[in-house]
Amino acid sequence: MSILADKRTRVVVQGITGREGAFHAARCKEYGTTVVGGVTPGKGGTTHDGFPVWNTVAEAVAQEGANCALIFVPPAAAADAILEAAGAGVALIVCVTEGIPVADMVRAKHFLASTPSRLVGPNCPGVITPGQAKIGIMPGHIHTPGAVGVVSRSGTLTYEVVQQLTQRGIGQSTCVGIGGDPVNGTSFVDVLRLFSEDPETRAIMLIGEIGGTAEEEAAVLIKERVKKPVVAFICGQTAPPGRRMGHAGAIIAGGKGTAAEKMAALGAAGVTLVKSPAEMGATVESVLKSA
Amino acid sequence: MKIHEYQAKAILREFGVPVPAGEVADTPAGARAVAEKLGGRVVVKAQIHAGGRGKGGGIKLADDPPGAEAAARAILGMRLKTPQTPPEGIEVRRVLVEEASPIRQELYLSVTLDRARATHVVMASEAGGMEIEEVAAKSPEKILREWGHPALGLQAYQARQLAFGLGLSGDLFKAAVAAILNLYRCYLAKDCSLAEINPLVVTADGRLLALDAKLNFDDNALYRRPEIRALRDVNEEDPLDVEASKFNLNYIKLTGNVGCMVNGAGLAMATMDIIKLAGGEPANFLDVGGGASPEQIENAFRILTSDSSVRAVFINIFGGILRCDRLAEGVIAAVKKLGLRLPVVVRMEGTNVELGKKMLAESGLALTTAEDMGDGARKVVELARRAA
Repeated sequence: MSILADKRTRVVVQGITGREGAFHAARCKEYGTTVVGGVTPGKGGTTHDGFPVWNTVAEAVAQEGANCALIFVPPAAAADAILEAAGAGVALIVCVTEGIPVADMVRAKHFLASTPSRLVGPNCPGVITPGQAKIGIMPGHIHTPGAVGVVSRSGTLTYEVVQQLTQRGIGQSTCVGIGGDPVNGTSFVDVLRLFSEDPETRAIMLIGEIGGTAEEEAAVLIKERVKKPVVAFICGQTAPPGRRMGHAGAIIAGGKGTAAEKMAALGAAGVTLVKSPAEMGATVESVLKSA
Repeated sequence: MKIHEYQAKAILREFGVPVPAGEVADTPAGARAVAEKLGGRVVVKAQIHAGGRGKGGGIKLADDPPGAEAAARAILGMRLKTPQTPPEGIEVRRVLVEEASPIRQELYLSVTLDRARATHVVMASEAGGMEIEEVAAKSPEKILREWGHPALGLQAYQARQLAFGLGLSGDLFKAAVAAILNLYRCYLAKDCSLAEINPLVVTADGRLLALDAKLNFDDNALYRRPEIRALRDVNEEDPLDVEASKFNLNYIKLTGNVGCMVNGAGLAMATMDIIKLAGGEPANFLDVGGGASPEQIENAFRILTSDSSVRAVFINIFGGILRCDRLAEGVIAAVKKLGLRLPVVVRMEGTNVELGKKMLAESGLALTTAEDMGDGARKVVELARRAA
């Protein structure tokens, strides 16, 4: 078992004729993901690096049964691409694009709520179920199948923890990058619920960062609902207030959204906190042993 | 992105939000000319991006045009220090000269993003003139909120609810409803991240006026707001931050002595954290991004080492899209061009790591390599301490 992605996932890549889209479509396919093709409006009927190209997501759904969209469309058109995928009835939409205007995401998220589609991201590395499907830009080779669910607002910091786990012989059930934007599709709470219900996931590693209240909301859910051990690291403990730390959503605003507040909330919910990012893998290992 | 008060007020005026009559000036004589045009008492306000200007001596009242000239002479060119500026202050280059209005009441009004609800929120309060965070902490019941619908926007009844909640009636009530709806319209039309009027005042003669105004903008939306982009004032930013922005590097200067170069925002923050845990202080945040080219790496290295407080550099890369060999190529090129004046610790993992390590080893450069993040942090902090 796993969450969100598995062998049955059939991916259509939106923006497949762009540099990033083409590169990562090939990497996902190499990993073993079923990539049915891509969409670039106006280039329908052609092929790109061996992938069939359609004009619309609806055609990819009708012809190939695509049930997942991976989006590399540039920021100005990315919200529209998300809406197109949802309109075509795609169950899982993963948006890698960084730099989408917040106002666009507010409208897109509202529309998504009226559809059965789930959005992961934007501004995220994607979703990987090791050994089954890689839907995103993460380096596949550092992952290994196993029982730890990973959920994170960061990209490379997720790779860091995955590497630390794999080096200790600890595999991952599914790794979900929810993205670094202030308005995103899937939250920590959503993913924690899924991991909680996934029989294969035995422990959860959560990587949060400064800004917003997503970690505090996660803490409430963990306290009430999550029976599995949760380990958390919050980055930005040394970040200055009022500055946006790379991610659009990583900002301490009006004294709120600090790492200290988030760690306190998670700690009170019974989460094992990791202070040093070098200790994430070792902490998960010891938690698994004592569980 | 931030803009000046005078620029924000010009935009608000366009959207029908009432602001005091006034004009910007960059010389004392110019300030006097504005005061002559306005007639009567004026207020002379330093134009810098930081708040708290009044307490720092950046806002002065003047009874007549010669007084306005004198006030402008005192303010222009000063390095204004407030709790929100860097310790050395910011040089004042312009003043806003406005009609001074006797104030009956100070209110608060703003629009911003509510992340938890994923929509825009209007906040209003009768406790105007102080920081809204302070009001939220001390008397949260004094803050009224109405959330705009993500698709339909803010409705007239919501604006009425806020205006009634502020205790307004008659013409002032009507003016407040219009101001609330217009501010919301401005916030959306210009892709603001914050539109704040603090204080929104009721004058002794019964007018509603935005006495101060702050507009911040969503950087991600600037591509479609060229008129806003044109308002950027690089004098208000750290020169190294400005230089980095030219190369699309995410750089923020901090106060420590360990320079950092990292890929990915989360890992970059985590690297700052681990430096602190190892007993050091980070000199900067620097995310070179997912697909950095060797040229970008070279520029990043140049910028972070041009900070004179840096004593040692920590390069921490987890190669995903950014391959380790390309990183090595950029670092080697930068060091050969700029010279290696500082100790550098390199920690690499991920795609093509063996090739990257080999390139660094064969370059003949005196770089220190690290096994993992913890090892790298300990080594770089020790090197910085010895060099300090």
